[in-house]
Amino acid sequence: MSGATTVTSLPAGQPSGHGDRPAAATSVTMVKALNAALRDSLRADPTVHVLGEDVGPLGGVFRVTDGLAAEFGSARCLDTPLAEAGILGTAIGMAMYGLRPVVEMQFDAFAYPAFEQLFSHVAKMRNRTGGRMGLPITIRVPYGGGVGGVEHHSDSSEAYYAHTPGLHVVTPATVADGYGLLRAAIASDDPVVFLEPKRLYWTTAPLEDTAPIGRAVVRRTGTSATLLTYGPSLPVCLAAAHAAEQDGLDLAVVDLRSLVPFDDATVSAAVRATGRAVVVHEASGFGGIGAEIAARVTERCFHQLAAPVLRVTGYDIPYPPPMLEKHHLPSVDRILDAVARLQWEQ
Amino acid sequence: MTIVHDSVPPDLVGSVGPCGPRRDPVSLLPETEPVRVLGTRAAAVGDPDLARDLYRRLLLGRRFNRQATTLTRQGRLAVYPASTGQEACQVTAAMVLAEQDWLFPSYRDTLAVVARGVRPIDALTLMRGHSHCGYDPYEHRIAPLATPLATQAAHAVGLAHAARLREASDPASAENLVALALVGDGGTSEGDFHEALNFAAVLKAPVVFLVQNNGYAISVPLAKQSAAPTLAHKAVGYGMPGRLVDGNDALAMHQVLSAAVAHARAGHGPVLVEAVTYRLEAHTNADDATRYRNAAEVELWRTRDPLTRLETHLRTAGLLDDTGAERLAAQAEELAAEIRAQFDAAPEPDPQSLFAHVYASPTSQLREQAADLAARLALDEDPDADADPDHDHDGLDRNNGSDLR
Repeated sequence: MSGATTVTSLPAGQPSGHGDRPAAATSVTMVKALNAALRDSLRADPTVHVLGEDVGPLGGVFRVTDGLAAEFGSARCLDTPLAEAGILGTAIGMAMYGLRPVVEMQFDAFAYPAFEQLFSHVAKMRNRTGGRMGLPITIRVPYGGGVGGVEHHSDSSEAYYAHTPGLHVVTPATVADGYGLLRAAIASDDPVVFLEPKRLYWTTAPLEDTAPIGRAVVRRTGTSATLLTYGPSLPVCLAAAHAAEQDGLDLAVVDLRSLVPFDDATVSAAVRATGRAVVVHEASGFGGIGAEIAARVTERCFHQLAAPVLRVTGYDIPYPPPMLEKHHLPSVDRILDAVARLQWEQ
Repeated sequence: MTIVHDSVPPDLVGSVGPCGPRRDPVSLLPETEPVRVLGTRAAAVGDPDLARDLYRRLLLGRRFNRQATTLTRQGRLAVYPASTGQEACQVTAAMVLAEQDWLFPSYRDTLAVVARGVRPIDALTLMRGHSHCGYDPYEHRIAPLATPLATQAAHAVGLAHAARLREASDPASAENLVALALVGDGGTSEGDFHEALNFAAVLKAPVVFLVQNNGYAISVPLAKQSAAPTLAHKAVGYGMPGRLVDGNDALAMHQVLSAAVAHARAGHGPVLVEAVTYRLEAHTNADDATRYRNAAEVELWRTRDPLTRLETHLRTAGLLDDTGAERLAAQAEELAAEIRAQFDAAPEPDPQSLFAHVYASPTSQLREQAADLAARLALDEDPDADADPDHDHDGLDRNNGSDLR
């Protein structure tokens, strides 16, 4: 996999710095950053092909593939029939022949028909063939809630993917990671499930390159307790850390970025530094990523922990209708309440 | 060909918009009866060398099936889904492909894999329980045997589509390849079968889908599987031609499959071929076929055995005599002996191969797990070795006297 990518593409409508390159300070949305990552990957490598539903002239329902069909042609940005297993199955065959397909699943819950292709073939092909046949496929999945979507449009499905050996699972929480991690995913020789937090599609920041897949990052240092999170919950955790200052608490915030491979070293170090940890994610808690993180942290930091690792997650319910989702999603208040329960009394 | 009502003026053709009819369905319809060559005049005037060659391959294929079934009884194969009775389908599917073409087999198609050149021991690693795919897919241009039904059909579409894309962008490296996907009658009920055919037709990918309709999906007969007039009729709904062929007639199989491959190679898009055949053995060695079909039915199909029918033709036409038959039988025994010898010499799997190819390079967690297994294996070799030699490096937090909070 490659971390050494260069940002060359300028999202449409942005002023240019030097030639193709955006000025360093130019802020773009995450949608534009993802679009730029696709565009730069398509330019840099003729084997990269985008395919999915509505990715052509429409540019995808979130416009992440905007303008790609016009620049690279309908063969390299292919509008497919509406069938997710067929899309991924076709991408597998394309990858067998040496292409690097980038598949768009239109929404989290619409990816489920492709699970058999993903779990039985994409994840296993390298292993099944003794390393002879790897499948460098990127599967982009807009995921998570908080955007007022009606049912089947707001699932957090990361645990399904992370539980399947053979897949890499990454999720950006910043514009920069949106660009950098997507380029790294497409350049990876392994299949990558690339989870895009819908709620952060319209956040803006400068476009820049970032770390390779597999590294967590400390977004905020702190001394009191450590919040471990990823994707759409990162801004909520940062807001909670800011609010906690009022109570005299100094919270660290770790952005996992990559669920598989999991960065045990960064996470363990960040928890040992404070002795207290709360995991925060939108997905339901039972059997979720938070359970895995709590177990790993306990195994590695047990004698440095002052309190059990707590979790703030979505409730164990089907994703609620949009008028009720604010009660389901981790909030600043729920995070602060969890922090308050970290056995501060000596 | 576009269907247009006579009353619609030519300048308004297409005015029905993007949802109007686009193709004449009649030209896509399969034959009303399966194509047969054996027993017809076409057989008499056909290529005698081809007929003899086919018979030799069928005979070797039957011996392969018999040897593999014997290996299950000896416990040397974990399972074997025999293609006994379907040898004409298996052999011709491999024969009609050129070197640059790709085969996408399902779990009952080991014989087709061997017929395309894979060593029996390598084709049987899956059934042996040794490794999932024992051959190099790129060396033989054969995808791994697919157990999830019809999933491999979509892979055939993607690969054939990718090959066409390369031809368009780089004609110098054009391979003009065709992908052939093997599916069973039960597999046609899977959503992936539908999606693969639809994608193939829309993308005009050079794919031949061969459905071996052997009458049963494990125990469920075709009548409970599909209400289609024939499985070949399903092609019409996707906009590709369907062909119906006698799957126990090796000459007909070779003729129809060759035509289908030529159609796809010429750039006319995919073809669906239904071969009507019969599974003479149970689903696998673990199955009891007497629970769902009667002996009379099996006996009827034994009279339609693809080997017997071709042998009768060859002997009637003077293309095979007892001496020739004995020579072929000896070749078949040589093959069986070679398979047994390959099994005798086959290596045991390496436990460390468990971790070798999960990712292009292992994660730190997999390296830890590989080290754990290695330590356990070392302990098996030398019981005095440290049972848990890696404990200092496993990342576990231990109470080493640091202050408890």
